[in-house]
Amino acid sequence: MRPATAWAVVSLRFREVLQYRAAAWAGVFTQVIFGFIILMSLRAFAASGTADSPLSPEQLTAYVWLGQCLFTLMPWNADRSVVAMVRTGSVAYELVRPVDTYALWYCRTLGWRTSMVCTRALPLLVLVGVVFPLAGLDGWALPAPASAGALACFLVALAVGVLLATALGMLMHVTILWTLDPEGVTRLAPAFVMLLSGMIIPLPLFPDAVQPLLAALPFRGLIDVPLRLYGGHIPVAAALGPIALSAAWTAALIVLGRWMMARGLRQIVIQGG
Amino acid sequence: MSQIVVESLTKVFRIAERRAGLRGALAGLVRRRNREVRALDGVCFQVGRGELVGYIGPNGAGKSTTVKVLSGILVPTSGTCEVDGRIPWRDRRAHVRNLGVVFGQRTQLWWDLPVVESFELLRDLYAIPADRFRAVGDELTRRLDLGGLLNVPVRQLSLGQRMRCDLAAALLHEPGVLFLDEPTIGLDAASKLAMREVVRTINREQGVTVILTTHDMDDIESLCQRVLVVAEGKILCDGSLASLRRTVSSERHLIVDLAEGISWNGLDGLPAREVEVAGGRVRLGFDPENVAAAELIGRLTARYPVRDLLVENPPIEEVIAKLYAGGKA
Repeated sequence: MRPATAWAVVSLRFREVLQYRAAAWAGVFTQVIFGFIILMSLRAFAASGTADSPLSPEQLTAYVWLGQCLFTLMPWNADRSVVAMVRTGSVAYELVRPVDTYALWYCRTLGWRTSMVCTRALPLLVLVGVVFPLAGLDGWALPAPASAGALACFLVALAVGVLLATALGMLMHVTILWTLDPEGVTRLAPAFVMLLSGMIIPLPLFPDAVQPLLAALPFRGLIDVPLRLYGGHIPVAAALGPIALSAAWTAALIVLGRWMMARGLRQIVIQGG
Repeated sequence: MSQIVVESLTKVFRIAERRAGLRGALAGLVRRRNREVRALDGVCFQVGRGELVGYIGPNGAGKSTTVKVLSGILVPTSGTCEVDGRIPWRDRRAHVRNLGVVFGQRTQLWWDLPVVESFELLRDLYAIPADRFRAVGDELTRRLDLGGLLNVPVRQLSLGQRMRCDLAAALLHEPGVLFLDEPTIGLDAASKLAMREVVRTINREQGVTVILTTHDMDDIESLCQRVLVVAEGKILCDGSLASLRRTVSSERHLIVDLAEGISWNGLDGLPAREVEVAGGRVRLGFDPENVAAAELIGRLTARYPVRDLLVENPPIEEVIAKLYAGGKA
């Protein structure tokens, strides 16, 4: 697919999802509450624990708030428009386009995902980054990045994380070609995605024994790598390794997704006559 | 040479059987019973460049399956087909570049966005040059009367409005081959006429090859020189509408409006049969090979004062219904 075509698909789906403003505001509200609960719990643990916390108080605060900003980046749910397409047979129209079907869906998924992330992340960033300090809630506000280099690494890692999240989400979309229904996979996925990405508990707080496993799995590239780079928990000098691993996972998952989709489309039954 | 060649195309779907009732559902969890459905069973036909072919048949006959195989969406179980020398599902992307498709019961437009946004996406997907996009878009907007619709979100359109937009969307990239799968289903008269007019024009003026599946015999009568009838996955009949009528029955109808105050007293030896007598209007059926229309009219008017006369073919629905019934036997 040509870049201009890919961009057209991404931006169209982005704008389509932007229509659902109420959902976005509800999401922002939920994430604020979640953020406070997680932050308060983790601070209480840090204060009562005997060992030093692996994350400094600033790193912890940044990790939690940015994590909440990126909550909708988590590839745990399916795009309802894709589900509807497969269920009703409108997927037939996707297959009569002179473009690669995987690429077309990847772009759709990317537009949907980024639209949801932007509508929730931007208001929340303003809230925790600007409103909290102005309101005198300095202790709860989003700390600045560790350095300009850390911010740059964070942005690069986040971009890779978005592509990774889309590749993971595509696996889910492809399975609908067989199951016709996302229920099963969207119940299974959150258990892995939420825990192993660091969304519920920051990954540095996990026991040392499981750290090598967490580092090897793809889920870490979603938010953990970017957020640790932001707070300086991973220094700029060591940024390349984890980012490259996330990129490699992204490429591998795209190859897997394409292979599954090719198989799925060979056996597809277009529903509804 | 034919543009579309279909040879002994067969498509078998395996369908997991759901047994009725709670017991059936529980049994189904343990052991799946599969049933094979032969949607296409050795379909053969050829279509030349610039033809407009009607593809008709009862529900479940295999019409849509054929269209989907020809579109490269479904892979057949056996048999081959070629469009412009390409096998659709092998060479899908090159194939669909020159193909326009309308599936009547679905939409290719983006539901929550204004129509024009879907059109612009298609421009990008098919890499349509800007000047062609504008020229073709303007032409279709005029012919299908889309002027007021382009900035309306798709979800707010009526079915007729949406289908007109869908037809335009299928034609923006100026395809050489057009498949229409029940494009007029559920549409009002005005939308149907507008759609037929556009299909006729692109077929006659631009030489676009069209395959049209429909249950609307008016579509067929007003558009198609040739009709393929399919039932239970097999082609029953292939020919012009006239030859199709002849295979079923060559009967024609003479409709007679008797003069004021005259009542119908039966055929009285006229070589025809009474189809219907209602008030002063009589519908007679006759075989033109047995008696010429002029002779029948002459003998009739000699006996009855007549106000008006009309010779017509029996409604095509009747012909088709007879054909479907015959095909099942």
